[in-house]
Amino acid sequence: MIDQQPITVPSRDHRIGFVQDLWIYRREVHFEVIETWREPAFIVPTLAFPLILYLFFGVILAVHGVSLATPTYGLAAYGVFGVLGPAMFGFGVGLAQDRDNGVLLLKQTTPIPIGAYLFAKVLTALIFGAVVALGLFLMAAHVAGLALFRWQWFSLAGVLLIGVVPFCAIGLAIGAWVKAKSAVAIVNLVFLPMAMLSGLWIPINIFPSFMQDTALTLPAYHHVQLALKVVGMDAGQPLLVHIAVLVGQTIVLLAVAVLGFRRAGTFETRGKQ
Amino acid sequence: MPSAPYHPVPQVATLSHVTHRYGPVVALDGFSLKVWHGEVLAILGPNGAGKTTAVGILLGSLRVQQGEAKVFDRIPGAREVRVRRGAMLQISGISANLTVEEHIEQFRGYYPAPLPSSHLMAIAGLDGLGRRRFGKLSGGQKQRVMFALALAGDPELLFLDEPTTGLDLESRQRLWQEIRDLRQSGRTTVLTTHNLDEADALADRVVVIHHGKLIAAGTPAQIKSRTAGRQVRCVSRINPDEAAALPGVVKARNRGQHLEILTTQPEALVRELLDCDTELSDLTVASIGLEEAFLALTQDGKKDSEQ
Repeated sequence: MIDQQPITVPSRDHRIGFVQDLWIYRREVHFEVIETWREPAFIVPTLAFPLILYLFFGVILAVHGVSLATPTYGLAAYGVFGVLGPAMFGFGVGLAQDRDNGVLLLKQTTPIPIGAYLFAKVLTALIFGAVVALGLFLMAAHVAGLALFRWQWFSLAGVLLIGVVPFCAIGLAIGAWVKAKSAVAIVNLVFLPMAMLSGLWIPINIFPSFMQDTALTLPAYHHVQLALKVVGMDAGQPLLVHIAVLVGQTIVLLAVAVLGFRRAGTFETRGKQ
Repeated sequence: MPSAPYHPVPQVATLSHVTHRYGPVVALDGFSLKVWHGEVLAILGPNGAGKTTAVGILLGSLRVQQGEAKVFDRIPGAREVRVRRGAMLQISGISANLTVEEHIEQFRGYYPAPLPSSHLMAIAGLDGLGRRRFGKLSGGQKQRVMFALALAGDPELLFLDEPTTGLDLESRQRLWQEIRDLRQSGRTTVLTTHNLDEADALADRVVVIHHGKLIAAGTPAQIKSRTAGRQVRCVSRINPDEAAALPGVVKARNRGQHLEILTTQPEALVRELLDCDTELSDLTVASIGLEEAFLALTQDGKKDSEQ
């Protein structure tokens, strides 16, 4: 018998350097954006709805004094609504689909770091959220004639975009637990009531007080309060409360997501040693 | 009988006494496997035998519950392993919105030394389809894209889980040829199939798995000789006991009004049958499914009445 030799495959470089990793991240974002952009079922509701709703409720009706939302309030509220959509639908539903149809399984057999996969999904949500925000800003400045200080525009943009993180965490938690078929329904069941109760369509101070209390538990409420603080229209709760709730909820949602992935066996790429 | 295969080559992947459960269902039951460098190994078994689970563990997509799995002497999910390995899985599809070219570009980008796109397109028979969206492809074309993706990183070790399921004849022949070419270039291929002819056409070595257990291993010729049975079916006054004495008969039984005989010598058997019973009618000769063949050869006739 010939001794079993160590494996003598032709020597090739199997290492993936830091620079190539960066390229993997960048290309994954590139393809994720293309893929998302070509999905009308995603693009139309997430991009067009916030703009149309803002134009209608926040600008046209508000100018005629029949809307409860002023153009300023509407900019913050529909801005949050605008970043909420891509994060929850693109990220949450997209992840559930990738899990169900095996795309995630296939990618996990390749050398792509799972971080690159998730990063691409978060950044795509951010990019589409930014597009909506930009559209709203242009509409606010040029159609509604809203005049904010420059620091307010920038702060508002920053606050809105940071919101992608807690909202992606909601998407992640849902995507980790539910099947693709039910993901759209469940995301809608969370998305629409949360948007309404958090005051993303009309200010919640016209609601009965128990509904206003419910809002205090919702991440979108705390996020929109941060955005409203920039324009001085928030409900007056301390900044730190909103930040603490958002951070806390994000951590809890990430834990929920991790539990979901554990249960489903997703992201298990390590054998027992 | 040829002697046991002799392997003066290193092993690239091993499963040692792997048991895997999905809840109460045991998918793999103390299953062991060695994959030798440069071979085409077919994991053959009926649906639900545990083939995909075995592949899942070797790909690192399933956690090892019990036993040990190694690929290139490392844990199967290690990144160094993933760089050198390609896989074609039974999945329902990748993004419908990206074109064939884009999918291939995306997967090439994951590897340090990928094959050129044009080469991958040609290998997989995708020339002229580069600009088409994945969602607009036929089933066979989609399968070929998946094959191209498996090869994107120029892998030393290729896993193909039921690669020709749903392929038309031409695509199947092309894929078979491509697997043979890969073998020529020193690549190792592990494929699962429930089709003995496919294993025979491609593999250097076949392992047969049933109910999560290894039940046979050897060259395709060895395996074939054990499953070469044909089922002869007819309406005849000959009873199963009489039939048992006829040429090559492994098993005989009545089912409904038909006599069913499993034989390794169908031609001789049919001649005898027709001689014995000139009234014989409704005669068919069919190859038997793998599962049936192995059940027939590993069981005695006692359980027939249960079926």
